[in-house]
Amino acid sequence: MKDIREDIAWAKINQDVLKSLENPRKLYWVILFIALAMLGVAVGCEVYQYEVGMGVANMDNPHMWGLYIATFIFWIGMSHSGTLLSAILHLMHADWRKPIYRFAEAMTTFSLLTAGLFVAVHLGRVWQIYYALPYPNERGTWPNFQSPLLWDAMAIFTYLSSSIIFLYVGMIPDLAICRDRIHEGWRKKLYTLLSLGWEGTDRQWRNFRVTYLTVACFLIPLAVSVHSIVASDFGMSQQPGWHITSFPPYFVAGALYSGCAAIITLFIILRYVFRFEEYMTLPILKKIVRLTFAIAMVWTYLNAVEFASVWYSHDQASKDVLIQKASGTYAPFWWAMIFCGSIVPLVLAFKRFQTNIPVLFAVSLLLNLGMWLERWMIVAPTFSHGIYPWTWDHDQWPSFVQWGMVFGSFGWFTLLFMVFCKVFPSVSMYEVKEMVYHRSQQSKKQEETGKFAAAGKGAH
Amino acid sequence: MGQRHLLAMYSNFDEAEAVVKELRSTQIKGFDVNRDLIVKSPIEHPEVEEFLGDKPVYVQWFTLGGALMGGLLGFFLISAAQANFFAQFKGGKPIVPLPPNFVLTYEMFILGGVFITVLGFLICAGLPARRSPLYSSTVSEDQIGILVKSDESAANTLKGIFTKHNALEIQEEAGK
Repeated sequence: MKDIREDIAWAKINQDVLKSLENPRKLYWVILFIALAMLGVAVGCEVYQYEVGMGVANMDNPHMWGLYIATFIFWIGMSHSGTLLSAILHLMHADWRKPIYRFAEAMTTFSLLTAGLFVAVHLGRVWQIYYALPYPNERGTWPNFQSPLLWDAMAIFTYLSSSIIFLYVGMIPDLAICRDRIHEGWRKKLYTLLSLGWEGTDRQWRNFRVTYLTVACFLIPLAVSVHSIVASDFGMSQQPGWHITSFPPYFVAGALYSGCAAIITLFIILRYVFRFEEYMTLPILKKIVRLTFAIAMVWTYLNAVEFASVWYSHDQASKDVLIQKASGTYAPFWWAMIFCGSIVPLVLAFKRFQTNIPVLFAVSLLLNLGMWLERWMIVAPTFSHGIYPWTWDHDQWPSFVQWGMVFGSFGWFTLLFMVFCKVFPSVSMYEVKEMVYHRSQQSKKQEETGKFAAAGKGAH
Repeated sequence: MGQRHLLAMYSNFDEAEAVVKELRSTQIKGFDVNRDLIVKSPIEHPEVEEFLGDKPVYVQWFTLGGALMGGLLGFFLISAAQANFFAQFKGGKPIVPLPPNFVLTYEMFILGGVFITVLGFLICAGLPARRSPLYSSTVSEDQIGILVKSDESAANTLKGIFTKHNALEIQEEAGK
């Protein structure tokens, strides 16, 4: 079965994608409403936390980080699949990515924006954020340039700004299509402004190709560095359960894994909501599913490496944390993480489930639940069972404010993402045209070769 | 002598290629094929570059400059801030520690590279731009446009070539 029909007219591609900007199914509005309601919960929690103080988050000594930082890592991780689809697969000339990479890139940008919010929320007194900025000041204080936390801030800023630029630059030819096809209103003005006068001249395309490739080349090491640095926040400390050499690759694999699972979820939603059945096809879904399965197995392996290196390290404190995870307060969540992250993806190995939309939707949600639990199980158990017994506090539980913020962050992400998909084309029109064109040319060549072979003509 | 802009629209790349080849092989007074010919297409099509001939791209030089500038700027800004630590006790540790500074330098290297690459793209691609004298919105749909600028005297010859290769539409306008 082909990834996409080769006989779709280019004009129809424009028409179908532009229709998504105006006329989605009703489910779109339902999702938007739910997302807004969820965001409302988070805003309420945030206001309450501002008013009363960080104590309402139920964070104390030794529980310094809690759900905020766990969810921060989750959202950073989620952003990696956009880079995987748009940059890595672009360099590998995997053209099946073309109909779906745009929304994956948008997902990258919005998940980074969501992650950034958690840093601010975690700080508590956001109005004093200038204390953390590196500039000469009367206080004589500077951030610690040797701290992975500062590297993290810099890496995330670089990744966020580069991702926004990458998303925008890749969208310029499509914005020109929108400008040409939409006749009036604020949208016309917006697309005219953002398309920068693009006309598809040979000079523009030539420079566009080199630019896109170059930024893609920068984004790959950047994405790896971002999550490696997030891993360093933990790995470079002396805390039991965190001081592990395999943390950076483990974090990167986890990031790609949760991102791919999220792509499956969003693929299914967008395909239905915007009637993209012709572009977001089942063969393409099958490819993402296989990719997700492969990454799930890498993550499972790295998880096993982590457990083994702790178990055989003779570091009693780290071993105790691992035992605590498997049998203490957090045991149900830790085992749920193992179940969702390593057992559930085995479903993806079966061919009949690789294109079964209800099953894939449920599986992708479970995978992401597993990946969120993974981040929580990295952060919380170490705080509850540190090196010194007098710091042990196994019964701490995040407050409703923390849970509300986590819940609301999904609303914030969904809101941004769905608004983006309604305002900007979530399928890259010019790249789908390229895909259709090149594939039809290939088919023609194959047919001709076949005819020659049948007639006994050819090189032999 | 006055100038004229002509835009011919074609439904496929084969016809557009044939037109460009003929324009290249024909000597037309008042028309320089290397300077006065622009091909507009709805997709990035490597064959367009083949039949137009090699044209240089300079974006990568911007990338190199931006990345180096970003990296150096990052390193020296951090080092300058760390130089303040002269006033503090460092316990024998280096004032400018290279391994941790490498991480931030690396991030700034990428940041500079990406920003300046995009700046280079805008400069090299001539963006933002005003609409050219002739533009057809079908270029953003499914047609290939060939825009030429020539002296008035060459306009009829050019139109003849366009028509010979089945142009769907020819637009013309007096140029400056």
